[in-house]
Amino acid sequence: MTRHQKEIIIKNVFFILSLVSILVLGLIVVFLFREGLPVFREVSLRDFIFGMEWYPTYSPPSYGIWPLIVGSLIVTIFSSLIAVPLGVLSAVYISEIAPPAIKEILKSIIELLAGLPSVVLGFFGMVIVAPWLQETFDLPTGLNIINASVILAVMAVPTISSISEDALYAVPNEFKEASYALGATKFETIARIIVPAALSGISTAVILGMARAIGETMVVLMVAGGAAAIPESIFDSVRPMPASIAAEMGEAPFRSGHYHALFATGIVLFLMTLAFNLVADYISQKFKEVGSATL
Amino acid sequence: MTRQTVSGAMKRRYLKQHLFFGAVRLSAIILTLALGGILFYILVNGIQVISWEFLTSPPTDSMTKGGIMPAILGTLYLTLGAITVALPLGVVAAIYLTEYAKQGKIVRAIRVGVNCLAGVPSVVFGLFGLGFFVVFLKFGSSILAGALTLGIVILPTIIGASEEALKGVPQTFREASLALGVSKWLTIWKIVLPNALPGILTGSILGIGRAAGETAPIMFTAAAFFTAKLPGSIFDEVMALPYHVYVLATAGTHIEQTRPIQYGTVLVLVALVLGIDLIAIVIRSYMRRNKRW
Repeated sequence: MTRHQKEIIIKNVFFILSLVSILVLGLIVVFLFREGLPVFREVSLRDFIFGMEWYPTYSPPSYGIWPLIVGSLIVTIFSSLIAVPLGVLSAVYISEIAPPAIKEILKSIIELLAGLPSVVLGFFGMVIVAPWLQETFDLPTGLNIINASVILAVMAVPTISSISEDALYAVPNEFKEASYALGATKFETIARIIVPAALSGISTAVILGMARAIGETMVVLMVAGGAAAIPESIFDSVRPMPASIAAEMGEAPFRSGHYHALFATGIVLFLMTLAFNLVADYISQKFKEVGSATL
Repeated sequence: MTRQTVSGAMKRRYLKQHLFFGAVRLSAIILTLALGGILFYILVNGIQVISWEFLTSPPTDSMTKGGIMPAILGTLYLTLGAITVALPLGVVAAIYLTEYAKQGKIVRAIRVGVNCLAGVPSVVFGLFGLGFFVVFLKFGSSILAGALTLGIVILPTIIGASEEALKGVPQTFREASLALGVSKWLTIWKIVLPNALPGILTGSILGIGRAAGETAPIMFTAAAFFTAKLPGSIFDEVMALPYHVYVLATAGTHIEQTRPIQYGTVLVLVALVLGIDLIAIVIRSYMRRNKRW
Protein backbone atom coordinates (compact mmCIF):
# COMPACT_ATOMS: atom_id res chain seq x y z
CA MET A 1 0.00 0.00 0.00
CA THR A 2 1.46 3.31 -0.98
CA ARG A 3 1.62 6.22 1.36
CA HIS A 4 -0.97 8.04 -0.67
CA GLN A 5 -3.47 5.19 -0.46
CA LYS A 6 -2.99 5.00 3.28
CA GLU A 7 -3.70 8.70 3.61
CA ILE A 8 -6.90 8.36 1.62
CA ILE A 9 -8.07 5.40 3.69
CA ILE A 10 -7.45 7.28 6.96
CA LYS A 11 -9.28 10.32 5.65
CA ASN A 12 -12.30 8.28 4.62
CA VAL A 13 -12.46 6.30 7.85
CA PHE A 14 -12.36 9.56 9.82
CA PHE A 15 -15.06 11.02 7.60
CA ILE A 16 -17.35 8.06 8.21
CA LEU A 17 -16.78 8.15 11.96
CA SER A 18 -17.49 11.87 12.05
CA LEU A 19 -20.92 11.13 10.61
CA VAL A 20 -21.85 9.29 13.84
CA SER A 21 -23.45 12.42 15.32
CA ILE A 22 -25.78 12.79 12.34
CA LEU A 23 -26.42 9.06 12.34
CA VAL A 24 -27.38 9.14 16.01
CA LEU A 25 -29.62 12.14 15.43
CA GLY A 26 -31.29 10.17 12.64
CA LEU A 27 -31.66 7.10 14.85
CA ILE A 28 -33.21 9.23 17.60
CA VAL A 29 -35.84 10.41 15.14
CA VAL A 30 -36.45 6.89 13.80
CA PHE A 31 -36.84 5.27 17.20
CA LEU A 32 -38.93 8.06 18.71
CA PHE A 33 -41.32 7.73 15.79
CA ARG A 34 -41.24 3.94 15.80
CA GLU A 35 -42.32 3.82 19.44
CA GLY A 36 -44.41 6.99 19.42
CA LEU A 37 -46.51 6.90 16.24
CA PRO A 38 -48.67 3.90 17.25
CA VAL A 39 -50.49 6.14 19.74
CA PHE A 40 -52.20 7.81 16.80
CA ARG A 41 -54.18 4.63 16.24
CA GLU A 42 -55.99 5.53 19.46
CA VAL A 43 -56.08 9.32 19.30
CA SER A 44 -55.95 11.88 16.50
CA LEU A 45 -52.96 14.20 16.23
CA ARG A 46 -55.21 17.14 16.94
CA ASP A 47 -56.72 15.60 20.08
CA PHE A 48 -53.26 14.53 21.23
CA ILE A 49 -51.69 17.98 20.97
CA PHE A 50 -54.69 20.11 21.94
CA GLY A 51 -56.54 17.66 24.18
CA MET A 52 -57.07 19.11 27.63
CA GLU A 53 -57.11 15.85 29.52
CA TRP A 54 -54.09 13.73 30.37
CA TYR A 55 -55.52 10.60 32.03
CA PRO A 56 -53.35 7.88 30.50
CA THR A 57 -54.22 5.22 33.09
CA TYR A 58 -58.00 5.62 33.09
CA SER A 59 -60.23 3.36 31.07
CA PRO A 60 -60.88 4.56 28.52
CA PRO A 61 -57.64 6.57 28.71
CA SER A 62 -57.37 10.09 27.37
CA TYR A 63 -54.11 11.26 25.90
CA GLY A 64 -54.28 15.06 25.64
CA ILE A 65 -50.92 16.71 26.26
CA TRP A 66 -51.95 20.38 25.99
CA PRO A 67 -51.61 20.89 29.77
CA LEU A 68 -48.12 19.39 29.61
CA ILE A 69 -47.11 21.64 26.70
CA VAL A 70 -48.47 24.69 28.54
CA GLY A 71 -46.58 23.58 31.66
CA SER A 72 -43.33 23.35 29.73
CA LEU A 73 -43.82 26.73 28.07
CA ILE A 74 -44.73 28.49 31.30
CA VAL A 75 -41.74 27.32 33.33
CA THR A 76 -39.49 28.09 30.37
CA ILE A 77 -40.82 31.64 30.02
CA PHE A 78 -40.65 32.42 33.74
CA SER A 79 -37.19 30.95 34.12
CA SER A 80 -36.03 33.04 31.14
CA LEU A 81 -37.35 36.17 32.84
CA ILE A 82 -34.87 35.44 35.62
CA ALA A 83 -32.04 33.85 33.67
CA VAL A 84 -31.75 36.26 30.73
CA PRO A 85 -30.99 39.43 32.74
CA LEU A 86 -28.71 37.51 35.11
CA GLY A 87 -26.88 35.74 32.31
CA VAL A 88 -26.41 38.74 30.03
CA LEU A 89 -25.46 41.15 32.83
CA SER A 90 -22.92 38.73 34.27
CA ALA A 91 -21.48 38.25 30.78
CA VAL A 92 -21.13 42.04 30.39
CA TYR A 93 -19.47 42.19 33.79
CA ILE A 94 -17.01 39.43 32.92
CA SER A 95 -16.07 40.64 29.48
CA GLU A 96 -16.11 44.44 29.95
CA ILE A 97 -15.91 45.52 33.55
CA ALA A 98 -14.45 43.00 35.98
CA PRO A 99 -10.76 43.15 36.94
CA PRO A 100 -8.81 40.11 35.64
CA ALA A 101 -8.68 38.24 38.97
CA ILE A 102 -12.44 38.53 39.60
CA LYS A 103 -13.08 37.64 35.99
CA GLU A 104 -11.27 34.31 36.33
CA ILE A 105 -13.03 33.48 39.60
CA LEU A 106 -16.45 34.36 38.22
CA LYS A 107 -15.88 32.27 35.11
CA SER A 108 -15.02 29.30 37.31
CA ILE A 109 -18.11 29.92 39.43
CA ILE A 110 -20.32 29.90 36.36
CA GLU A 111 -18.64 26.75 35.09
CA LEU A 112 -19.19 24.99 38.42
CA LEU A 113 -22.81 26.17 38.42
CA ALA A 114 -23.15 24.57 34.98
CA GLY A 115 -21.61 21.41 36.38
CA LEU A 116 -24.09 20.94 39.22
CA PRO A 117 -26.08 17.79 38.43
CA SER A 118 -29.73 18.55 37.74
CA VAL A 119 -30.88 16.03 40.33
CA VAL A 120 -28.94 17.97 42.98
CA LEU A 121 -30.65 21.22 42.01
CA GLY A 122 -33.98 19.42 42.02
CA PHE A 123 -33.24 18.10 45.49
CA PHE A 124 -32.31 21.59 46.67
CA GLY A 125 -35.59 22.93 45.28
CA MET A 126 -37.53 20.19 47.05
CA VAL A 127 -36.03 20.41 50.52
CA ILE A 128 -35.17 24.14 50.74
CA VAL A 129 -37.08 26.30 48.30
CA ALA A 130 -40.39 24.41 48.51
CA PRO A 131 -40.88 24.53 52.32
CA TRP A 132 -39.79 28.17 52.34
CA LEU A 133 -42.27 29.13 49.60
CA GLN A 134 -45.02 27.17 51.31
CA GLU A 135 -44.55 28.95 54.63
CA THR A 136 -43.87 32.43 53.31
CA PHE A 137 -46.83 32.57 50.96
CA ASP A 138 -49.07 30.20 52.91
CA LEU A 139 -49.55 27.80 50.01
CA PRO A 140 -50.88 24.25 49.87
CA THR A 141 -47.59 23.18 48.22
CA GLY A 142 -44.21 24.76 47.51
CA LEU A 143 -43.73 22.54 44.47
CA ASN A 144 -44.99 24.91 41.80
CA ILE A 145 -44.26 27.09 38.77
CA ILE A 146 -42.25 29.72 40.62
CA ASN A 147 -40.04 27.16 42.35
CA ALA A 148 -39.35 25.27 39.12
CA SER A 149 -38.65 28.54 37.28
CA VAL A 150 -36.10 29.73 39.84
CA ILE A 151 -34.23 26.42 39.83
CA LEU A 152 -34.37 26.16 36.02
CA ALA A 153 -32.98 29.68 35.83
CA VAL A 154 -29.94 28.51 37.81
CA MET A 155 -29.42 25.86 35.12
CA ALA A 156 -29.93 28.21 32.18
CA VAL A 157 -27.74 31.09 33.41
CA PRO A 158 -24.38 29.40 32.70
CA THR A 159 -25.40 28.66 29.09
CA ILE A 160 -26.61 32.21 28.49
CA SER A 161 -23.67 33.79 30.28
CA SER A 162 -20.85 31.87 28.63
CA ILE A 163 -22.17 32.15 25.06
CA SER A 164 -22.99 35.87 25.51
CA GLU A 165 -19.51 36.42 26.89
CA ASP A 166 -17.95 34.87 23.78
CA ALA A 167 -20.07 37.16 21.62
CA LEU A 168 -19.12 40.27 23.61
CA TYR A 169 -15.48 39.28 23.55
CA ALA A 170 -15.56 38.99 19.76
CA VAL A 171 -16.60 42.64 19.26
CA PRO A 172 -13.59 44.37 17.66
CA ASN A 173 -11.65 46.74 19.88
CA GLU A 174 -11.77 49.56 17.33
CA PHE A 175 -15.50 49.86 18.02
CA LYS A 176 -14.86 50.65 21.66
CA GLU A 177 -11.96 52.94 20.88
CA ALA A 178 -14.02 54.91 18.37
CA SER A 179 -16.81 55.28 20.92
CA TYR A 180 -14.49 56.45 23.68
CA ALA A 181 -12.82 58.86 21.27
CA LEU A 182 -16.20 60.50 20.71
CA GLY A 183 -16.49 61.07 24.44
CA ALA A 184 -18.95 58.31 25.31
CA THR A 185 -18.91 56.94 28.82
CA LYS A 186 -18.18 53.28 29.44
CA PHE A 187 -21.87 52.61 30.02
CA GLU A 188 -22.85 54.34 26.79
CA THR A 189 -20.22 52.37 24.91
CA ILE A 190 -21.49 49.10 26.34
CA ALA A 191 -25.18 49.86 25.86
CA ARG A 192 -25.06 51.47 22.41
CA ILE A 193 -22.01 49.90 20.77
CA ILE A 194 -20.83 46.64 22.27
CA VAL A 195 -24.13 44.98 23.13
CA PRO A 196 -25.78 45.86 19.78
CA ALA A 197 -22.70 44.56 17.93
CA ALA A 198 -22.89 41.29 19.87
CA LEU A 199 -26.66 41.02 19.65
CA SER A 200 -26.77 37.99 17.35
CA GLY A 201 -24.51 36.03 19.69
CA ILE A 202 -26.54 37.12 22.70
CA SER A 203 -29.77 36.06 20.97
CA THR A 204 -28.24 32.67 20.24
CA ALA A 205 -27.28 32.41 23.91
CA VAL A 206 -30.80 33.25 25.06
CA ILE A 207 -32.39 30.73 22.69
CA LEU A 208 -29.99 27.96 23.73
CA GLY A 209 -30.62 28.82 27.39
CA MET A 210 -34.36 28.51 26.80
CA ALA A 211 -33.86 25.22 24.97
CA ARG A 212 -31.94 23.97 27.97
CA ALA A 213 -34.79 24.99 30.29
CA ILE A 214 -37.54 23.43 28.18
CA GLY A 215 -35.71 20.11 27.92
CA GLU A 216 -34.50 19.90 31.50
CA THR A 217 -36.01 16.88 33.19
CA MET A 218 -35.01 16.23 36.79
CA VAL A 219 -35.74 19.74 38.04
CA VAL A 220 -39.29 19.87 36.70
CA LEU A 221 -39.83 16.26 37.73
CA MET A 222 -38.93 17.03 41.33
CA VAL A 223 -40.13 20.59 41.91
CA ALA A 224 -42.91 21.49 39.44
CA GLY A 225 -45.54 19.64 41.46
CA GLY A 226 -46.87 17.36 38.76
CA ALA A 227 -50.45 18.57 38.24
CA ALA A 228 -51.51 17.98 34.63
CA ALA A 229 -53.83 20.98 34.44
CA ILE A 230 -53.69 24.47 32.99
CA PRO A 231 -52.35 26.64 35.85
CA GLU A 232 -54.15 29.77 37.01
CA SER A 233 -51.37 31.40 39.00
CA ILE A 234 -47.61 31.14 39.37
CA PHE A 235 -48.18 29.30 42.64
CA ASP A 236 -49.97 26.42 40.90
CA SER A 237 -48.35 23.08 40.14
CA VAL A 238 -47.66 22.03 36.56
CA ARG A 239 -46.51 18.88 34.82
CA PRO A 240 -44.10 19.81 32.02
CA MET A 241 -43.53 17.25 29.25
CA PRO A 242 -40.14 15.90 30.44
CA ALA A 243 -41.54 15.40 33.96
CA SER A 244 -44.47 13.42 32.62
CA ILE A 245 -42.24 11.17 30.51
CA ALA A 246 -39.73 10.51 33.28
CA ALA A 247 -42.34 9.92 35.97
CA GLU A 248 -44.63 7.62 34.02
CA MET A 249 -42.34 5.59 31.76
CA GLY A 250 -41.44 3.25 34.62
CA GLU A 251 -45.08 2.33 35.21
CA ALA A 252 -46.41 2.28 31.66
CA PRO A 253 -46.82 -1.31 30.44
CA PHE A 254 -44.50 -2.14 27.53
CA ARG A 255 -45.95 -1.01 24.18
CA SER A 256 -49.28 -0.02 25.72
CA GLY A 257 -51.13 3.08 24.59
CA HIS A 258 -49.61 4.93 27.53
CA TYR A 259 -46.07 3.87 26.55
CA HIS A 260 -46.62 5.04 22.96
CA ALA A 261 -48.18 8.29 24.19
CA LEU A 262 -45.07 9.03 26.27
CA PHE A 263 -42.82 8.45 23.26
CA ALA A 264 -45.10 10.71 21.20
CA THR A 265 -44.71 13.37 23.92
CA GLY A 266 -40.96 12.84 23.48
CA ILE A 267 -41.37 13.57 19.75
CA VAL A 268 -43.13 16.87 20.51
CA LEU A 269 -40.42 17.80 23.03
CA PHE A 270 -37.65 16.80 20.63
CA LEU A 271 -39.13 18.81 17.76
CA MET A 272 -39.52 21.88 19.97
CA THR A 273 -35.90 21.82 21.15
CA LEU A 274 -34.73 21.00 17.62
CA ALA A 275 -36.55 24.12 16.38
CA PHE A 276 -34.88 26.22 19.10
CA ASN A 277 -31.46 24.86 18.14
CA LEU A 278 -31.94 25.34 14.41
CA VAL A 279 -33.06 28.94 14.95
CA ALA A 280 -30.03 29.57 17.17
CA ASP A 281 -27.76 28.01 14.54
CA TYR A 282 -29.36 30.08 11.78
CA ILE A 283 -28.94 33.32 13.70
CA SER A 284 -25.33 32.63 14.56
CA GLN A 285 -24.52 31.75 10.93
CA LYS A 286 -26.48 34.54 9.30
CA PHE A 287 -25.13 37.28 11.51
CA LYS A 288 -21.67 35.82 11.98
CA GLU A 289 -19.22 38.49 13.07
CA VAL A 290 -16.46 38.22 10.51
CA GLY A 291 -14.80 41.42 11.65
CA SER A 292 -15.46 45.11 11.52
CA ALA A 293 -16.30 44.97 7.84
CA THR A 294 -19.71 43.41 8.47
CA LEU A 295 -21.08 46.32 10.43
CA MET B 1 -24.52 76.29 27.32
CA THR B 2 -23.25 77.30 30.69
CA ARG B 3 -20.75 75.30 32.62
CA GLN B 4 -23.48 74.42 35.15
CA THR B 5 -25.69 72.53 32.67
CA VAL B 6 -22.73 70.75 31.10
CA SER B 7 -21.65 69.28 34.40
CA GLY B 8 -25.29 68.49 35.19
CA ALA B 9 -25.58 66.46 32.02
CA MET B 10 -22.29 64.74 32.74
CA LYS B 11 -23.51 63.91 36.21
CA ARG B 12 -26.63 62.33 34.81
CA ARG B 13 -24.59 60.28 32.35
CA TYR B 14 -22.33 59.04 35.11
CA LEU B 15 -25.29 58.37 37.38
CA LYS B 16 -26.66 56.03 34.72
CA GLN B 17 -23.29 54.37 34.51
CA HIS B 18 -23.19 53.89 38.27
CA LEU B 19 -26.67 52.35 38.28
CA PHE B 20 -25.75 50.03 35.44
CA PHE B 21 -22.48 48.95 37.02
CA GLY B 22 -24.39 48.33 40.23
CA ALA B 23 -26.86 46.05 38.44
CA VAL B 24 -24.05 44.22 36.69
CA ARG B 25 -22.13 43.65 39.92
CA LEU B 26 -25.35 42.56 41.62
CA SER B 27 -25.84 39.86 38.99
CA ALA B 28 -22.33 38.55 39.67
CA ILE B 29 -23.00 38.57 43.42
CA ILE B 30 -26.30 36.70 42.97
CA LEU B 31 -24.60 33.96 40.97
CA THR B 32 -21.81 33.64 43.52
CA LEU B 33 -24.31 33.46 46.36
CA ALA B 34 -26.40 30.88 44.48
CA LEU B 35 -23.44 28.53 44.04
CA GLY B 36 -22.06 29.26 47.50
CA GLY B 37 -25.44 28.83 49.16
CA ILE B 38 -26.20 25.53 47.46
CA LEU B 39 -22.75 24.09 48.17
CA PHE B 40 -22.68 25.31 51.77
CA TYR B 41 -26.10 23.92 52.47
CA ILE B 42 -25.29 20.52 51.00
CA LEU B 43 -21.95 20.37 52.77
CA VAL B 44 -23.33 21.28 56.20
CA ASN B 45 -26.16 18.77 56.00
CA GLY B 46 -24.28 16.01 54.25
CA ILE B 47 -20.99 15.95 56.10
CA GLN B 48 -22.44 14.45 59.29
CA VAL B 49 -23.54 11.37 57.39
CA ILE B 50 -20.32 10.69 55.57
CA SER B 51 -18.23 7.94 57.07
CA TRP B 52 -16.06 5.16 55.74
CA GLU B 53 -18.91 2.79 56.39
CA PHE B 54 -21.40 4.96 54.49
CA LEU B 55 -19.14 4.91 51.44
CA THR B 56 -18.29 1.21 51.53
CA SER B 57 -21.43 -0.66 52.61
CA PRO B 58 -24.62 -1.45 50.69
CA PRO B 59 -28.05 -0.09 51.73
CA THR B 60 -29.92 -2.16 54.32
CA ASP B 61 -33.44 -2.28 55.81
CA SER B 62 -35.17 -1.44 52.51
CA MET B 63 -32.75 1.42 51.91
CA THR B 64 -33.51 3.26 55.16
CA LYS B 65 -30.10 2.45 56.62
CA GLY B 66 -26.65 1.49 55.44
CA GLY B 67 -24.44 3.02 52.79
CA ILE B 68 -24.31 3.79 49.09
CA MET B 69 -21.40 1.69 47.84
CA PRO B 70 -23.33 -0.02 44.99
CA ALA B 71 -24.49 3.38 43.71
CA ILE B 72 -20.94 4.76 43.72
CA LEU B 73 -19.67 1.71 41.84
CA GLY B 74 -22.55 1.84 39.37
CA THR B 75 -21.87 5.48 38.58
CA LEU B 76 -18.18 4.66 38.05
CA TYR B 77 -19.00 1.83 35.63
CA LEU B 78 -21.49 3.91 33.65
CA THR B 79 -19.17 6.90 33.47
CA LEU B 80 -16.13 4.88 32.39
CA GLY B 81 -18.26 3.12 29.79
CA ALA B 82 -19.56 6.43 28.47
CA ILE B 83 -16.13 7.99 28.08
CA THR B 84 -14.80 4.84 26.41
CA VAL B 85 -17.49 5.23 23.76
CA ALA B 86 -17.42 8.99 23.38
CA LEU B 87 -13.72 9.85 23.55
CA PRO B 88 -12.46 7.99 20.43
CA LEU B 89 -15.53 8.91 18.38
CA GLY B 90 -15.39 12.55 19.51
CA VAL B 91 -11.67 13.02 18.89
CA VAL B 92 -11.82 11.38 15.46
CA ALA B 93 -14.77 13.56 14.45
CA ALA B 94 -12.95 16.66 15.68
CA ILE B 95 -9.79 15.69 13.74
CA TYR B 96 -11.83 15.25 10.58
CA LEU B 97 -13.63 18.56 11.03
CA THR B 98 -10.50 20.62 11.76
CA GLU B 99 -7.74 18.87 9.80
CA TYR B 100 -9.31 17.20 6.78
CA ALA B 101 -12.68 18.65 5.92
CA LYS B 102 -13.04 21.35 3.32
CA GLN B 103 -15.73 23.86 4.16
CA GLY B 104 -18.83 22.73 2.34
CA LYS B 105 -22.30 21.36 2.68
CA ILE B 106 -21.31 18.08 4.34
CA VAL B 107 -19.16 19.71 6.99
CA ARG B 108 -21.89 22.25 7.62
CA ALA B 109 -24.36 19.37 8.01
CA ILE B 110 -22.08 17.60 10.48
CA ARG B 111 -21.73 20.77 12.53
CA VAL B 112 -25.48 21.37 12.59
CA GLY B 113 -25.91 17.72 13.56
CA VAL B 114 -23.48 18.05 16.46
CA ASN B 115 -25.17 21.27 17.65
CA CYS B 116 -28.60 19.69 17.48
CA LEU B 117 -27.38 16.59 19.30
CA ALA B 118 -26.03 18.86 22.04
CA GLY B 119 -29.48 20.36 22.40
CA VAL B 120 -31.48 17.14 22.65
CA PRO B 121 -33.24 17.00 26.06
CA SER B 122 -31.77 14.43 28.42
CA VAL B 123 -35.07 12.60 28.81
CA VAL B 124 -35.26 12.18 25.02
CA PHE B 125 -31.85 10.50 25.13
CA GLY B 126 -33.39 8.23 27.76
CA LEU B 127 -36.30 7.41 25.45
CA PHE B 128 -33.92 6.77 22.57
CA GLY B 129 -31.75 4.51 24.72
CA LEU B 130 -34.86 2.60 25.75
CA GLY B 131 -36.19 2.26 22.21
CA PHE B 132 -32.84 1.47 20.56
CA PHE B 133 -30.40 -0.16 22.99
CA VAL B 134 -32.78 -1.73 25.50
CA VAL B 135 -35.61 -2.89 23.23
CA PHE B 136 -34.36 -3.03 19.62
CA LEU B 137 -30.83 -4.33 20.28
CA LYS B 138 -32.16 -6.37 23.23
CA PHE B 139 -29.48 -5.24 25.69
CA GLY B 140 -32.15 -4.94 28.37
CA SER B 141 -31.78 -2.42 31.16
CA SER B 142 -28.04 -2.76 31.65
CA ILE B 143 -24.67 -1.10 32.16
CA LEU B 144 -24.06 -1.49 28.42
CA ALA B 145 -27.27 0.30 27.38
CA GLY B 146 -26.76 3.05 29.97
CA ALA B 147 -23.10 3.62 29.11
CA LEU B 148 -23.86 3.83 25.38
CA THR B 149 -26.69 6.29 26.02
CA LEU B 150 -24.50 8.45 28.27
CA GLY B 151 -21.72 8.24 25.68
CA ILE B 152 -24.04 9.79 23.11
CA VAL B 153 -25.08 12.47 25.62
CA ILE B 154 -21.48 13.64 26.09
CA LEU B 155 -20.32 13.15 22.48
CA PRO B 156 -21.02 16.78 21.44
CA THR B 157 -19.11 18.09 24.49
CA ILE B 158 -16.06 16.01 23.54
CA ILE B 159 -16.23 17.00 19.86
CA GLY B 160 -16.52 20.71 20.76
CA ALA B 161 -13.64 20.67 23.24
CA SER B 162 -11.37 18.63 20.95
CA GLU B 163 -12.07 20.95 18.04
CA GLU B 164 -11.13 23.97 20.14
CA ALA B 165 -7.93 22.23 21.24
CA LEU B 166 -6.96 21.26 17.69
CA LYS B 167 -7.68 24.75 16.36
CA GLY B 168 -5.42 26.12 19.09
CA VAL B 169 -2.36 24.36 17.64
CA PRO B 170 -0.58 26.96 15.48
CA GLN B 171 -0.75 26.42 11.74
CA THR B 172 3.04 26.85 11.52
CA PHE B 173 3.54 23.57 13.42
CA ARG B 174 1.71 21.70 10.68
CA GLU B 175 3.49 23.57 7.91
CA ALA B 176 6.92 22.87 9.41
CA SER B 177 6.14 19.16 9.60
CA LEU B 178 4.65 18.95 6.10
CA ALA B 179 7.62 20.89 4.70
CA LEU B 180 9.92 18.17 6.03
CA GLY B 181 8.05 15.68 3.88
CA VAL B 182 6.06 14.10 6.70
CA SER B 183 2.70 12.75 5.60
CA LYS B 184 -0.49 14.42 6.69
CA TRP B 185 -1.56 11.62 9.00
CA LEU B 186 1.86 11.41 10.67
CA THR B 187 1.82 15.18 11.13
CA ILE B 188 -1.51 14.93 12.90
CA TRP B 189 -0.40 11.93 14.96
CA LYS B 190 3.05 13.18 15.99
CA ILE B 191 2.67 16.97 15.97
CA VAL B 192 -0.93 18.16 16.18
CA LEU B 193 -2.43 15.64 18.61
CA PRO B 194 0.32 15.82 21.28
CA ASN B 195 0.05 19.59 21.32
CA ALA B 196 -3.73 19.48 21.52
CA LEU B 197 -3.75 16.76 24.17
CA PRO B 198 -4.17 18.94 27.29
CA GLY B 199 -7.18 20.66 25.73
CA ILE B 200 -8.72 17.36 24.68
CA LEU B 201 -8.09 16.04 28.18
CA THR B 202 -9.86 19.00 29.77
CA GLY B 203 -12.86 18.49 27.51
CA SER B 204 -13.02 14.79 28.27
CA ILE B 205 -12.82 15.39 32.01
CA LEU B 206 -15.72 17.84 31.76
CA GLY B 207 -17.57 15.18 29.76
CA ILE B 208 -16.93 12.64 32.52
CA GLY B 209 -18.34 15.08 35.08
CA ARG B 210 -21.43 15.55 32.99
CA ALA B 211 -21.94 11.81 32.53
CA ALA B 212 -21.58 11.14 36.24
CA GLY B 213 -24.30 13.62 37.13
CA GLU B 214 -26.93 12.78 34.50
CA THR B 215 -30.10 11.08 35.69
CA ALA B 216 -32.73 11.08 32.96
CA PRO B 217 -30.69 9.20 30.31
CA ILE B 218 -30.10 6.24 32.66
CA MET B 219 -33.56 6.10 34.25
CA PHE B 220 -34.98 3.71 31.64
CA THR B 221 -31.72 2.26 30.35
CA ALA B 222 -29.55 1.16 33.27
CA ALA B 223 -30.53 2.36 36.70
CA ALA B 224 -32.05 0.02 39.24
CA PHE B 225 -34.07 1.05 42.26
CA PHE B 226 -32.13 -1.42 44.36
CA THR B 227 -29.85 -4.35 43.59
CA ALA B 228 -28.96 -6.88 46.23
CA LYS B 229 -25.67 -7.86 44.66
CA LEU B 230 -23.06 -6.05 42.65
CA PRO B 231 -23.22 -6.31 38.86
CA GLY B 232 -21.48 -9.37 37.43
CA SER B 233 -21.46 -8.37 33.76
CA ILE B 234 -22.23 -5.43 31.50
CA PHE B 235 -25.70 -6.84 30.97
CA ASP B 236 -26.69 -6.30 34.61
CA GLU B 237 -28.62 -3.36 35.98
CA VAL B 238 -26.82 -1.07 38.40
CA MET B 239 -27.66 1.47 41.04
CA ALA B 240 -26.32 4.96 40.33
CA LEU B 241 -25.79 7.99 42.55
CA PRO B 242 -28.07 10.48 40.77
CA TYR B 243 -30.90 7.98 40.45
CA HIS B 244 -30.45 6.95 44.09
CA VAL B 245 -30.94 10.58 45.15
CA TYR B 246 -34.09 10.83 43.06
CA VAL B 247 -35.52 7.56 44.31
CA LEU B 248 -34.90 8.29 47.99
CA ALA B 249 -36.17 11.85 47.75
CA THR B 250 -39.38 11.14 45.87
CA ALA B 251 -40.43 7.53 45.63
CA GLY B 252 -39.60 5.99 48.96
CA THR B 253 -42.12 5.32 51.68
CA HIS B 254 -39.73 6.74 54.28
CA ILE B 255 -38.82 10.05 52.65
CA GLU B 256 -38.37 11.96 55.90
CA GLN B 257 -36.62 9.09 57.64
CA THR B 258 -34.01 8.71 54.90
CA ARG B 259 -33.30 12.45 54.67
CA PRO B 260 -29.78 12.08 56.15
CA ILE B 261 -28.90 9.39 53.60
CA GLN B 262 -30.22 11.69 50.86
CA TYR B 263 -28.00 14.53 52.01
CA GLY B 264 -25.02 12.20 52.22
CA THR B 265 -25.64 10.85 48.71
CA VAL B 266 -26.08 14.36 47.31
CA LEU B 267 -22.81 15.44 48.93
CA VAL B 268 -20.93 12.46 47.48
CA LEU B 269 -22.39 13.14 44.03
CA VAL B 270 -21.60 16.87 44.15
CA ALA B 271 -18.08 16.23 45.47
CA LEU B 272 -17.50 13.71 42.69
CA VAL B 273 -18.85 15.87 39.86
CA LEU B 274 -17.45 19.23 40.96
CA GLY B 275 -14.18 17.56 41.95
CA ILE B 276 -13.88 16.27 38.38
CA ASP B 277 -14.78 19.72 36.99
CA LEU B 278 -12.25 21.43 39.26
CA ILE B 279 -9.49 19.11 38.03
CA ALA B 280 -10.34 20.16 34.47
CA ILE B 281 -10.37 23.85 35.39
CA VAL B 282 -7.00 23.59 37.17
CA ILE B 283 -5.38 21.71 34.27
CA ARG B 284 -6.65 24.35 31.88
CA SER B 285 -5.41 27.35 33.83
CA TYR B 286 -2.05 25.60 34.34
CA MET B 287 -1.88 24.99 30.60
CA ARG B 288 -2.67 28.59 29.78
CA ARG B 289 0.08 29.84 32.03
CA ASN B 290 2.68 27.48 30.60
CA LYS B 291 1.78 27.85 26.97
CA ARG B 292 4.79 27.32 24.75
CA TRP B 293 3.50 29.26 21.79
